[in-house]
Amino acid sequence: MRKSTFGPWLTVIIGSAYFLIPLLATFEFSLRLKRDEYSFEAYRIVLADSRFQQSFFYSVTLALATIVVSVLLVVPTAYWVQLKLPRVRPLVEFITLLPLVIPAIVLVFGYLRLYNSSSIIPLTGSTLGTDLLLTFGYVSLALPYMFRAVDTGLRAINIRTLTEAAESLGASRSTILFKIIFPNIRASVLSGAFLTFAIVIGEFTLASLLNRPAFGPYLQNIGANRAYEPAALAIIAFGITWACMGLMQLFGGQRQSTSR
Amino acid sequence: MSSPVIPAPVISATATKPQRSALFRLNWAWLGVVPFFIFAFMFLILPTMTLVIGAFQDREGAFTFDNIARLNQPLIWASYKISLQISAASAILGGIIGFFLSQAVVGGGLPGWVRSSLMTFSGVASNFAGVPLAFAFIATIGFNGLVTVAFTKAFGFNPYRSGFSLLSFWGLTATYCYFQIPLMVLILTPALDGLKKEWREASSILGASSWQYWRHIAFPVLWPSLLGATLLLFANSFGAIATAYALTGSSFNIVTILLYAQIQGDVLHDQNLGYALALGMIVITGLSNFTYIWLRGRAERWIK
Repeated sequence: MRKSTFGPWLTVIIGSAYFLIPLLATFEFSLRLKRDEYSFEAYRIVLADSRFQQSFFYSVTLALATIVVSVLLVVPTAYWVQLKLPRVRPLVEFITLLPLVIPAIVLVFGYLRLYNSSSIIPLTGSTLGTDLLLTFGYVSLALPYMFRAVDTGLRAINIRTLTEAAESLGASRSTILFKIIFPNIRASVLSGAFLTFAIVIGEFTLASLLNRPAFGPYLQNIGANRAYEPAALAIIAFGITWACMGLMQLFGGQRQSTSR
Repeated sequence: MSSPVIPAPVISATATKPQRSALFRLNWAWLGVVPFFIFAFMFLILPTMTLVIGAFQDREGAFTFDNIARLNQPLIWASYKISLQISAASAILGGIIGFFLSQAVVGGGLPGWVRSSLMTFSGVASNFAGVPLAFAFIATIGFNGLVTVAFTKAFGFNPYRSGFSLLSFWGLTATYCYFQIPLMVLILTPALDGLKKEWREASSILGASSWQYWRHIAFPVLWPSLLGATLLLFANSFGAIATAYALTGSSFNIVTILLYAQIQGDVLHDQNLGYALALGMIVITGLSNFTYIWLRGRAERWIK
């Protein structure tokens, strides 16, 4: 007995329409800058805009810094918890879920109260300090995803055996971490890194309230002042998200197939 | 840290030695997670605590419930209300549509590429939020959007003439669904995969209809996942701001936009009332997230 696939097809087609029409509409809109003809003029204007280049470069730099800090923070912690401190695991897991509980806007409100220029740790008093604070804020936002990616990666390899083997050959802790554990979970780290990149690149709330010239606030500013360029930017942003997710799945899939 | 472990004088030196090294080992193991806890304390826990404490202080720093009481004023009340409405509507709509999409690719007998495309697309779309999403919906159902124009041509009347606006409850809900539905698909598909084929076969051999199967077997197993995922969607849209801000500027009175304006310019003219506003948000997202985590634990009983 075969069931009719009419209902499921209809569901998928209606769903696809809801998802694809906005993308098509945005693309069509982005081509309409010149009257009476389709052109990529909006893209040309956007890409040539120095504020676009500067804010994009700033956000890419920040995303890379975020990835480095979160990897250095999460990999040793997740490794250590699995190896030596299984009892604190629930607590660590709980903390990594906190950024999903506390909205970003609340978090940055707390930062501004704690680290403003008249506080004990006046991070927002200088540009470098604010950039640091923004990076740490992004590390917090990415924590749930990075921790889960790394933790799953560590579970798939036998860290106890690897550690003991390395120890019996006389390797130091840092050698074990950077030359043994790290290369073995590279795929999971990369998949966490691409997701982090996707989160940071267009982030608006933190960057805007900390008053830094990131890509998110730039997008908002263009949206408030231009007609066709925002559509072009939306298509570009969608492309970036797509690329990050594609790379993430590529590495995530690789990890799964090697662990079997 | 400065209080050292001093062995009691009655214990001989040889007896204390292994004890001390055991203590030392223990401390050493704890040291490995110290950077993480310092980070979490400085950039997650302390910032939240300072707002929670501020919510219970008056201008001079004395303890008071006054800020919480003063949340009950029309502007703030209205902002919470519209935020809760939009979050609930987009979570429930996103949840239902996401469920049907997920069920269509899991149990609908569709070719495999449909499922893998949907999952890939969901991964992208659930992360395609924020400012660019607002731009996409302005180009689609904004005043000059493609769909608005096509609709006007096809049916002869402009939906904006009859009160529709992208900058309204339904406009924002429709926009939020663009990341809510894919998120639901991503969370729910593993749960639907967990429904065993044998259950369905056994029930149909015993003469159960499709409705009876869903009512008495699938739904009782699935409800924690369904409700939990819907709560996660709810919290997800409750804390969102970028899309709404890019769509409406500061004109639309949802609680995140009000808080944004408060942080930037103290629009409530009262710092401590601002902290109370933030506390209210933490309570709402906290409750829905912890219920989600609790329900996820329940869901795992049946679905492994």
